[in-house]
Amino acid sequence: MTETAVIIGGGQAGAQVAVSLRQEGFTGRVVLIGDEPVLPYQRPPLSKTFLAGEQAKERLFIKPAAFYEKINVEHILGEVVSEINSKHQEISLSSGQRLPYDHLILATGGRVRRLDCPGESHPQVHYLRTLADVEAMQDKFTTGARLVVIGGGYVGLETAAVAVENGLKVTVLVARPTPLGRVTSPDVGNFFKGVHREAGVTLCCSTGVESIEDTAGDGQVAAVVTDSGYRVLADIVVVGIGLLPNVELAGSAGVVCDDGIVVDEYGRTSVNNIYAAGDCANHPNPIYQRRLRLESVQNALDQGKAVAATICGKDKPYAQVPWFWSDQYDLKLQTAGINCGYDQTVVRGEMASRSFAVFYLRQGRLLAVDAINRPAEFVVARNILSKGLAVSAERLRDENIPAKALANEDTEKAIDKTALSQQQVA
Amino acid sequence: MIKVTYIESDGTRRDVKVEEGANLMDAALDNLVPGIDGDCGGVCACATCHVHVEPSWIDKLVPMDATEDAMLELTDDRDESSRLGCQIKATPELDGLVVHTPEGQH
Repeated sequence: MTETAVIIGGGQAGAQVAVSLRQEGFTGRVVLIGDEPVLPYQRPPLSKTFLAGEQAKERLFIKPAAFYEKINVEHILGEVVSEINSKHQEISLSSGQRLPYDHLILATGGRVRRLDCPGESHPQVHYLRTLADVEAMQDKFTTGARLVVIGGGYVGLETAAVAVENGLKVTVLVARPTPLGRVTSPDVGNFFKGVHREAGVTLCCSTGVESIEDTAGDGQVAAVVTDSGYRVLADIVVVGIGLLPNVELAGSAGVVCDDGIVVDEYGRTSVNNIYAAGDCANHPNPIYQRRLRLESVQNALDQGKAVAATICGKDKPYAQVPWFWSDQYDLKLQTAGINCGYDQTVVRGEMASRSFAVFYLRQGRLLAVDAINRPAEFVVARNILSKGLAVSAERLRDENIPAKALANEDTEKAIDKTALSQQQVA
Repeated sequence: MIKVTYIESDGTRRDVKVEEGANLMDAALDNLVPGIDGDCGGVCACATCHVHVEPSWIDKLVPMDATEDAMLELTDDRDESSRLGCQIKATPELDGLVVHTPEGQH
């Protein structure tokens, strides 16, 4: 009998699972279900080139419709899965349609964390996660408009960069002492703070939001009231304060969830024949010997590939070095690895030159790098981390050694991985 | 429109019409050319659109910048003909360009 693989989630991970199932030789039926009314698309450009109007909508789609036809992947778009019956291996759609499965892949992603303060439903308050979100705000991105960005993460800062370059008057409110506080170090955060201020952004750190007021009672101009008592007027407010993993459907089916859907290195959940991949999946990483839940393209793609391989009976556990990127102004930030638990930073190059790399080490071993306009350092760090090489702080700092050559020394000394695993982060 | 020929690792040739200004990664994805992933969407951040340019065409391309040069280090079989498809934009001078796609990306 023909097997059916049902993929819930039409984002980057869901699309990858569909494609990889075919590449790995799955000959059964593949059905991709997405709650957005469009084919899977790339989210990173939403806060970058697409928001800036530099990238056409058609260019966002991961694959053209003809591709799915060619590889015989069915898709159901604009529909929500209301229930998983794991006992009968069947899902129900909000339309009432039922679909049996042999393999169920949860690629449910995440949803934006919403403001929790009075006035959060003001009509000018926007969030940025989906294509529809961006289309709804694009006509507000006009020269002279006042934009308040709440949140100093990738989304907030990228939005601010696009806006100020398009002539908006931009204020960014960051709750933490430095921007990018969740993902990088204070040094790199402060560097980006300086970059944005130099570009004309008013960027305030350690600043929370108390409420949003409707200044004229007509839903036009919002006033963002900060916990320091300021009222910042805004024609548009964009909130980027993080993502919540979509785990409710999994949880209601009895799948174990703990900061995401808990999976093993093969993407298997606690329930037979149910898998998870992407932003929603909490997985073990053998390089860091800890569990991670990552919100990134790399994770969606590589984990999606691992799940597809598992379903096809192949042994390809997910064991990649995480990597990320962010484009702001003339700067390309590329991060490899996870810096959690670092006890030393090594700066290679001069921050003032806007081309430098910050390496993060723990007990002398490399954990991660933030490379700003330094792709060679990003590349070499990925190689060092994936091969478990030992490279000293002195070497990493020494610009007389070309970045490419950093991985060449001490190649036999593989990292004692227990050294990395000692850092368990809450 | 210019003509670009993609030759797959098994020798399959595929002529694709590419709009001027479009890049070779997008053109490959649009035309279902296998062997090109384009994971990062064409911003030179992942090196999964690696192609080998037919030697006679290498000098006609706009030379690579430092980012592309660095990112190519991530690819499996880099040589002097290696480029990233996302960084090659179609221009009239490139009409007839021939590139080879790998079996798969890293």
